[in-house]
Amino acid sequence: MEKVLDVKDLHVSFDLHAGEVQAVRGVDFHLEKGETLAIVGESGSGKSVTTKALMRLIPNPPGRIKKGQILFDGRDLAPLSEREMEKIRGKEMSMIFQDPMTSLNPTMKIGKQIMEPLMKHQKLSKQEAHKRAAELLVLVGLQNPEMRMKQFPHQFSGGQRQRIVIAIALACNPKVLIADEPTTALDVTIQAQILELMKELQKKIDTAIIFITHDLGVVANVADRVAVMYGGQIVETGTVDEIFYDPRHPYTWGLLSSMPSPDTDHEAELRAIPGTPPDLINPPKGDAFALRSEYAMAIDFEQEPPLYKVSDTHFVKSWLLHEQAPHVEPPEIVKLQRRSLPGNYEKPVLAGEGVDNG
Amino acid sequence: MDKLLEIKGLKQYFNEGKPNMVKAVDDISFDIYKGETLGLVGESGCGKSTTGRTMIRLYDATDGQVLFNGENVHGKKSRKELMQFNRKMQMIFQDPYASLNPRMKVADIIAEGIDIHGLAKSKEERMKKVYELLETVGLNQEHASRYPHEFSGGQRQRLGIARALAVEPDFIIADEPISALDVSIQAQVVNLMKKLQKEKGLTYLFIAHDLSMVKYISDRIGVMYFGKLVELAPSDVLYKNLLHPYTKSLLSAIPLPDPDYERSRTRKVYSPDVHGYSADDVVEMREVAPGHYVYCSVKEMKKYQETYETAR
Repeated sequence: MEKVLDVKDLHVSFDLHAGEVQAVRGVDFHLEKGETLAIVGESGSGKSVTTKALMRLIPNPPGRIKKGQILFDGRDLAPLSEREMEKIRGKEMSMIFQDPMTSLNPTMKIGKQIMEPLMKHQKLSKQEAHKRAAELLVLVGLQNPEMRMKQFPHQFSGGQRQRIVIAIALACNPKVLIADEPTTALDVTIQAQILELMKELQKKIDTAIIFITHDLGVVANVADRVAVMYGGQIVETGTVDEIFYDPRHPYTWGLLSSMPSPDTDHEAELRAIPGTPPDLINPPKGDAFALRSEYAMAIDFEQEPPLYKVSDTHFVKSWLLHEQAPHVEPPEIVKLQRRSLPGNYEKPVLAGEGVDNG
Repeated sequence: MDKLLEIKGLKQYFNEGKPNMVKAVDDISFDIYKGETLGLVGESGCGKSTTGRTMIRLYDATDGQVLFNGENVHGKKSRKELMQFNRKMQMIFQDPYASLNPRMKVADIIAEGIDIHGLAKSKEERMKKVYELLETVGLNQEHASRYPHEFSGGQRQRLGIARALAVEPDFIIADEPISALDVSIQAQVVNLMKKLQKEKGLTYLFIAHDLSMVKYISDRIGVMYFGKLVELAPSDVLYKNLLHPYTKSLLSAIPLPDPDYERSRTRKVYSPDVHGYSADDVVEMREVAPGHYVYCSVKEMKKYQETYETAR
């Protein structure tokens, strides 16, 4: 497969009065052409910061990319100047945000907002851009494009606005689309429509999508692969089946079992993850999740766990996979869904230095 | 079981008599029993929040009655009667950032109700109550002197719960109390609400759009669509034998954390035309099976009852 994006050892920090917030602490992942990678994790886990760093949207100061590479088609984006980045942003890589009201300009007609990237990046004339914008509106499922283009954002519903944002993001057929909680603010039926639309468009223009969400149902629906983030690091990556049917990291277990399934007993207590995410000004020593994990061992408080490989595509950062670790049983909900996957190695192996992890 | 609340023909219209009139809640009736949790679901704009707000008298009802312990909430009331009623019914809001006054200390936020209702005789007693409440919701005494911005979303929602509990209510309306929270924190808040219900015998109206969580916390669930209650049933029945086509459509739109299920799930689209009501069809809430109400015509009711026969 062809990698469109390859992120290596990315570190992002924010310099605040209180100290340096290490929001992203060594993240490695890649994105293949045409696939959807979902990034999940709680607020503060660094998922939004990671993707904003890819688009170079981290305000500096206080934020900065401290270390690492963002290889896009083999070219490192991290050291690019703002002017060079402007040629990539919106053309090769686009982003959709959670709130469609704040990402559209309320004082500008919809048509003009869609034409803008077409005229800037694709150097279309005004007439050509107008024609293409109308086509895009139809593509994302809005009727009467000529009339719609003359309207302002407030004249559209939430779902329609998100469709317009998608039209703008896809105007230049980007290679990578980053969607940051694009459906969180929408109703379930509208969410279903938007997800269907995104999948359909992805097939048509072969865009790779990074999809950020904390809704695991949405992840199961859209993702080919999943990366689970905690405390500024990726703690587990795998194919969607590996994450849902054979998760190995206790944090992934916690996420999966904190949501009731339709069969969860009414009387049973939900397995909430206790406590709150770690303070990234002073990141905890060892495994960042240890403080909240009932599976934590002595070594978790001392030393950061290495990355283990469970299959060619499944990577886990936890001491529980060490051969000397005691055998532990995951929570009930995880066990109910667990199955043995054919691609797994006989036992987990250490991912070697410099080996690409997912 | 005793009825705590009876809602009879409740209507809430906005901009009445003007061209832009909205029938936000249009003639709905249901009961809430003592000690139960009634879930209310539907899409935004279906009137579920308005129902909750009208019940607690944040809006004056256009028509209909809300009987709380047999007494109409919307009748003419003296200040004293209103005070008493306000104490018995409390609300928890969706946005824990907007529902706490940023300029007030936590102790004053929680004790506001205690002060208004004169529930504490001395300053010591007041603080004692605040400390107790903080501990009840899983926070600690030190938090009393802080301001809301020093708390995370989940902690703020706990403060909202502590504030509601301060006046020892019987009934709490929770309007999307977990929608703004992370998945892992949602479970903490839901567990807390269930624990408090058991300990204090509280009754909840739980308004939400996340059906999996609603099913888990509720004894019964009502589904709203365009101001109407279209289906009301015990929560396990609603999942096993849901009848109204809108409920089917709503459930089919929810993604579940199971990739195999997601690969095979097909979404059903609801259109009110499927009913094909004729002019002389009387469409109203009908009890299809014990405890299972559906908004339907006589013809549909027969069809629905057959599904129960075949299931048997």
